[in-house]
Amino acid sequence: MIRLRRRPLEIRETRLAWLLMTPTLALLAVMALGPLVATIWESLFSHDLRLPWLGRTFIGLGNYTEAASDARFRQALAHTVGFTVTTVAIELVLGLLLALMLDALVRFRGLARVLVLLPWALPTVVAALIWRLMFADQAAPAAELLDWVVPGSSRVDWLAGPQSAWVPIVLAEVWKTTPFMALLLLAGLQGIDRTLDDAARLDGASALQRFRHITLPLLRPAIVVALIFRTLDALRVFDLVFVLTGGGPGTSTEVVSMYAFTSLLQNLRFGYGSALSVIVFVIGFSLALGYVRMLEPVREAR
Amino acid sequence: MNALIKRVAMTALLVFWALPLCWMVLASLRPESALYATTATATAGFGGNHYRALFAERRFWQPMLNSIVVASSTTLLALVVAVPCAYAMARLQFRGKRALMAVVLAISTFPQVSIVPSLFLILRALGLIDTIPGLVLPYLTFATPLAVWLMAGFFRELPPDLEEAARLDGASRLRAAVEVALPLAAPAVATTAILTFLYAWNEFLFALSFTVSPDRQTVPVAIALLQGRYQVPWGQILAAAVTASVPVAVVVLAFQRRIVKGLTAGAVKG
Repeated sequence: MIRLRRRPLEIRETRLAWLLMTPTLALLAVMALGPLVATIWESLFSHDLRLPWLGRTFIGLGNYTEAASDARFRQALAHTVGFTVTTVAIELVLGLLLALMLDALVRFRGLARVLVLLPWALPTVVAALIWRLMFADQAAPAAELLDWVVPGSSRVDWLAGPQSAWVPIVLAEVWKTTPFMALLLLAGLQGIDRTLDDAARLDGASALQRFRHITLPLLRPAIVVALIFRTLDALRVFDLVFVLTGGGPGTSTEVVSMYAFTSLLQNLRFGYGSALSVIVFVIGFSLALGYVRMLEPVREAR
Repeated sequence: MNALIKRVAMTALLVFWALPLCWMVLASLRPESALYATTATATAGFGGNHYRALFAERRFWQPMLNSIVVASSTTLLALVVAVPCAYAMARLQFRGKRALMAVVLAISTFPQVSIVPSLFLILRALGLIDTIPGLVLPYLTFATPLAVWLMAGFFRELPPDLEEAARLDGASRLRAAVEVALPLAAPAVATTAILTFLYAWNEFLFALSFTVSPDRQTVPVAIALLQGRYQVPWGQILAAAVTASVPVAVVVLAFQRRIVKGLTAGAVKG
C-alpha cells in the first residue's frame, strides 16, 4: 500500500498558518530569541567597554565562576529570592481574602474593582515613589501610621536601615500586585460550581470547612497559574527597587536584575553583565518548568 | 458579628489601596514645606504650583508626548503582527502548534535584563539608540506575545460554524477569517489594545537602557530621573506621578470590565 498523501486542503491550511505567523515569528526571532542567544554567547567572553584595548577574549565559563565567588552577586541573589518568596506568599493570602470579599460583595462592586485595578495599572515607578515618600520622614503618613500600631517605631528611619528599607519595598509590591492575584483568583472562584458548596452547607459543614475542603481544592488550578505569573514577575523585579531605594543603603536592597544592569550599562562590563542576566533567565526558566510540572496533574484531572 | 468582621476587614483592605493614592494627589498640591503636614495645616498654600513648574520649567509635555507616541505605536504594531498569528494558532491545523505557542509564552516570561545587552548592541549598530523606533522595537518583544496570547484565547472561543458557513458559500479560508472572524473579534482587539497600551506606558527598564537624552525619555524614566539642582523636588515629582497616572486612571475607569476580562481570560485558560 502506498501511504496516503496529505490532502491538498490540509497543505494549503498549513501554508496559510505559516504565512500568518511569519511576521510574529520573524520579529520574535530577531528581537527576542536572537538577542537571548547572543547574550549567552557574550557571557562567555571577557568584554569590558571601558577597557577597549583589552578587546574581547573568550574565557569560557570564567564569568560564571567569577559570579559564584562574587559576594555582591550572592547577596543580590539572596535578596531577590527572599523578596520573591515573601511578597508572593503575602500576595497569595491577601489576594485570596480580597477575592473572597469581592465575590461576596453585593453593593459597590464596581467601585471596589476600580480601587484595586488602579494600583495594578499605575506605572511601577509611581507606586515606588508613593511608598518611598510615605516612609521618607518621621512625619510621613506610613511611618506615622506604623508608629500608631507599634509605638516608638517612628524613630526608625525606614529607608536608611539595611533591613528596615525592605518594609516599604515589600509593602509597595504587595500594594501594587495583590490586585492582579485577587482578580485571577476571583475569576477562578466564579468558575466554581456552587452546587457542591450548597450541598455541603445543607449537610451542616461550617464556612471554614467548606472553604478548606471544597473551595480551596477547586481553586488549585487558578492558584497555580497566579503563582507562576507572580513568581516569574517578582524574580525580575527592577523598577520598584531602582526607584524606591536605588538598591541602598549601600547594596543592602540590591536585586539581581539591578546588579546585572549596573554591570552592563554603568560599569560597561558586557561579558560579566551578560553572564549575570543569563543566570536570572535560567532561574526563571527552570522555575517556570517546575510550575508547569505542578500544573500537569491538575490538567489531567480536569 | 460575622458581618461586622467582614465589614471591618473590607474597609481595612480598601483603605490600604485607596489611601496612598489619595495621599499622592493631595501631597502634589501642597508646598514642599507642608508635604507631611497634618490635615489641619495642610490647606495653606494649596494649589497647582508644582504642575505649573513641571510643565513650564521642566517641559514635562515632552516625555508625555514620547510616551504617547511609543505606547500607541507599540500597540498598533503589536496588533497588526499578532492578530493574524493568533488566528493561525487558534484556528488552523498544523504541526508543532503547541510547541510554538509555548515558545511565544516563554518569551513573555523572559527577564528583560537578559536581552538588554544584545539589544543595546543591535540598536547601536542600527543607529537606533535614543530614538522612538529604538524603543518601539524592543517593546514589541513583550507586547507581541501578550497580544498573541490574548487574541488566541478569544479566537479559540469563537464558534467555528460562521466561518464554515462562509466557506460553504465559496469563500477561501483567508477570506472567511478576514470577513467573518475579524469583525467578531473587534471587542477582543480593543481589550488587547488597552492592556498592551498600559504595559507599554508603564515600561521602565528598556526605556532607561535605550534612551540617553532627556528629550527622548518616556514618562516613567523622566519621573525616576527628575532631579533638582540643590535638593530633590518632591512636589514636582509627585505632580509628575499624578500626571503619569491620569491617562491610566481614565483607561481603568472607562474599561474596567474589559481589563478584568482580558487579564483573567489569558491566565485562567493557561
